[in-house]
Amino acid sequence: MLTRIIACVASMIFAASAGVAVAQTVKIGLISTYSGPTAAQGDQLDKGVKLFMKLNGSKLPPGVKVELVVRDDAGANPDNAKRIAQELIVRDKVQFLTGLVWTPNAASIAPLAAEAKVPFISMNAAGVGIPYTSDYFARVSFTLWQSSYPLGQWAGKKYKRAYTMVSDFAPGHEAEEAFIKGFKESGGVIVDSVRVPLAATDFSAYMQRVKDAKPDVLFGFNPAGKQATAQMKGFADLDLGKAGVKYIGPGDITTDEELQGMGDVALGVMTVHHYSAAADRPANKAFVAAYKKEYGANLNPGFMSVGAYDAMQLIFDAINAQKGKMDPQATMQYIKSYKNANSPRGPIAIDPETRDIMQNEYLREVRKVGGQLANVEIEVVGKMVKDPWKQLNPKK
Amino acid sequence: MTGPAHTGSYLSDPRVRPMEWLPWVLALVCYFAAPTYLPLGSYILIMILFALSLDLILGYAGIITLGHAAYFGFGAYVAAILAVRVTADPLIGIAVAGISAGLLGWLTGLVILRMRGLTLLMLTLAITSICYEIANKATALTGGADGLGGFNMKPILGLFKFDLFNKTGYLYCLLFLFVAWWLVRRIIYSPFGASLTGIRENVARMHALGSPVYQRLVAVYTISAALAGVAGGLLTHTTEFVGLKVLSFDLSGDLLVMLILGGVGRIYGAFVGPVVYLLAQDSLAKQFPEYWYFGIGLMLVLVVMFARGGILGIVDRLLLRIRRGNT
Amino acid sequence: MQGFASSLVSVAFHGIAYGMILYVISVGLSVTMGLMGFVNLAHGVFAMTGGYVMLSAMSRYDVPFPLALCLAFVLVAAASVVLERLLYARLYSAGDLEQVLLTIGLIFMAVAAARLAYGTLQQPVNLPPYLKGQFALFGRDFPAYRVFLVAFSSVLVAVLWFGVERTRWGAKVRAAVDNRAMAQAIGINTSLLFTVTFALGSGLAALGGALGADIIAIQPIYPFENLITFLIVVAVGGMGSLRGPFVAALLIGISDTACKYWLPQFGAFFIYAATIAILLWRPAGLFGKASQ
Repeated sequence: MLTRIIACVASMIFAASAGVAVAQTVKIGLISTYSGPTAAQGDQLDKGVKLFMKLNGSKLPPGVKVELVVRDDAGANPDNAKRIAQELIVRDKVQFLTGLVWTPNAASIAPLAAEAKVPFISMNAAGVGIPYTSDYFARVSFTLWQSSYPLGQWAGKKYKRAYTMVSDFAPGHEAEEAFIKGFKESGGVIVDSVRVPLAATDFSAYMQRVKDAKPDVLFGFNPAGKQATAQMKGFADLDLGKAGVKYIGPGDITTDEELQGMGDVALGVMTVHHYSAAADRPANKAFVAAYKKEYGANLNPGFMSVGAYDAMQLIFDAINAQKGKMDPQATMQYIKSYKNANSPRGPIAIDPETRDIMQNEYLREVRKVGGQLANVEIEVVGKMVKDPWKQLNPKK
Repeated sequence: MTGPAHTGSYLSDPRVRPMEWLPWVLALVCYFAAPTYLPLGSYILIMILFALSLDLILGYAGIITLGHAAYFGFGAYVAAILAVRVTADPLIGIAVAGISAGLLGWLTGLVILRMRGLTLLMLTLAITSICYEIANKATALTGGADGLGGFNMKPILGLFKFDLFNKTGYLYCLLFLFVAWWLVRRIIYSPFGASLTGIRENVARMHALGSPVYQRLVAVYTISAALAGVAGGLLTHTTEFVGLKVLSFDLSGDLLVMLILGGVGRIYGAFVGPVVYLLAQDSLAKQFPEYWYFGIGLMLVLVVMFARGGILGIVDRLLLRIRRGNT
Repeated sequence: MQGFASSLVSVAFHGIAYGMILYVISVGLSVTMGLMGFVNLAHGVFAMTGGYVMLSAMSRYDVPFPLALCLAFVLVAAASVVLERLLYARLYSAGDLEQVLLTIGLIFMAVAAARLAYGTLQQPVNLPPYLKGQFALFGRDFPAYRVFLVAFSSVLVAVLWFGVERTRWGAKVRAAVDNRAMAQAIGINTSLLFTVTFALGSGLAALGGALGADIIAIQPIYPFENLITFLIVVAVGGMGSLRGPFVAALLIGISDTACKYWLPQFGAFFIYAATIAILLWRPAGLFGKASQ
């Protein structure tokens, strides 16, 4: 499938470089992770993009075409990602850059996008500070502050002693910082914090550390995918649940596409997040049904697929608004006031000041629904949440 | 002249043959003919320089290493940290990157070059891994897994600005590659180069001849590390970003594969290998990520089984056969 | 103080479980390198294949766990004989560089093949119910599967050592490691000996990979990701030795776990530093033959 798209794209590039001008083709450079140990996350983006193209790929003004130029960054590999972006801008002359599972990669591309004046939409990469480094960067995914800060405030009221365990890279540090701030504000105490290498697959030594510290609650964060399952497995192997430790975190730790594989140990895990495949909004039900029809009844869309889907929606809306004649500045103006009331995750909007996402955050618990594990939304902990970090640290 | 004609050595004629100008002409042609490929082009030039540094120790002195990325990555990080904290002047950056990588090469070389074989291989691996771990954990200095960016290089000599199309970057890399090539060539055609080949072929005899084997190895290892550091610095300057990958074991492995693909111990193997490997990767890997790796692996196995000497080795044999056919 | 003793116990336990797996996987590599002088970087491929064989046998064909383990051992050992005869045997007399290249090539092929066959996702491990849960000992809980790992590997190691120390085949292997030319001269069929030993080493790696699937995740880049660790076990322990890698594997397993437990901010730094220190102190490894 991917090969076919790329082959088609390659022939288009060839045609374009041979001087055959294709009228009004909008080129979208999509950088994602298709190979390497974290290709599973890239696969989530890919599924979201493909589903969107299948359902809505033709909803364009007459005579306008969209062309995806897909490139693989092979994982958290910022210098490589930057070179790929440079080639997409220079060689393929793309009018949008999007994709990006990884914050390091997005951070390395963002200044380049500003220099080249190419609107750059993050489908997933959540590093909180990126919008400050580039005026052409906008995000439809999330920041860790949006979920972890309210989670910390909520948890601080229920539990006294917390342990934090996060992946050792920027989003992990942000999740840790946000949670600790929220938790302390509500009167909780942090017992200890540990940062786990991004590539860790065996969590037992770290979990043993937690077990011996006897906290009431363990706050976890990992970049979803297999890491989420591995961390949950570590939690189960040492039977921390029975030892009286509650496992909480942003929705990454119970990401919907992996949840079934985690097993019953995940029951009762509390998370705050912007998306659950189990949500009963009509827009989400339609989305999940289409997703299952396309990729099999056993597969739930994860939040990354939704991020990719919504990013494509935004790009298509921007193209439609300008009838295919793309002007980067006008595109950014449009994006700054963008609203979408019908995302699978509920209403979303772009904050005009920071170009970051605004969305509802839900408190969820893993429960069994019809024999399947699901992130059941219990309450809305924040409506149209702006990124709290940027409220606390306004751009100078 | 018969036999492998391109293998430089002390005994052969040190004058530059017309054929040896070919890579430089081609590089300049590429600059004008394929301006949109210059980001890839710069990367290829950098890897050629890196492969050349490896050829010097592997091909000529016979030091098998799986850790040459340590010096490349060290140079890259030094250049980046310098640009962030001290000065973003590129020439100073390259000089400092080269010197510090050379120093690291000298220090580590002093310690490890008394060993041979697997022990040496393991030591080079362990040194790279330590560098990787330090870069990964010293987040305040290196940015850790997020990489280090957010700096803009100043124009070279205050005149030539690094641009989005990488035109400046390409010529900048080409210039340093040319200097390195000239240096490596001088070394190989010198008595010092001859003694290195002697060490590769028969250490015991070199000892018996009274040659200071250890000192020679340390010297060439230091030079090679400095060249690798320059290559790393060039990468930092052209991408204005540095990530952990530059210190990874994968990079050392890829580099070894590129060099061997081109042909070991003959200078120009280091030119041919990276060009073929990276161009193939650029065009094939996008379409067939799985098959591409399988193909590379299969090719390595076939090269070892049937075509030792890499691409240039095959060229040699073909030329030889044609010449024989003519006479 | 009691807290400290308690964490000491758990670090030792997890470390030993990890170390045992490392040993079972790496012992074959040590023997291959010592006996045949072959730098087999592709050893991890056998371990990964073992893991995949066991996991797919269990999930696709509902083979019970013990049988799936045996299957991993037998299939991989058989496949390795083919590889040894076809490729490795031709390079016994070649230089280190050729051997390194050949085996890197094999790793590339195996990684690609695994990706094609299984995708990039980590394979889930579904242990049989009798190995799940916790095992109470001295008033502490230990994960049952890891207790099983330690016990099973200990038996395996005992059998292996007995085989090498007390059987005729073991005597031949030891003779060939010490002096191959002499062993050949007194009529030992070293070619056959190599093949059998290679198969056994690869089979053990497969068994280790399968047993340890829970600890060292089975995924396509397995052979690359863990290569350094396997090599360290062999180099630190000493090539060709049986006891050396055992000590080295336990040392690495325990110190790795201890670092994660007490000093997570340092990562794997100490392991590499210790490797360098040990190799400089004893270039042939802890139990290796003095000089080569």
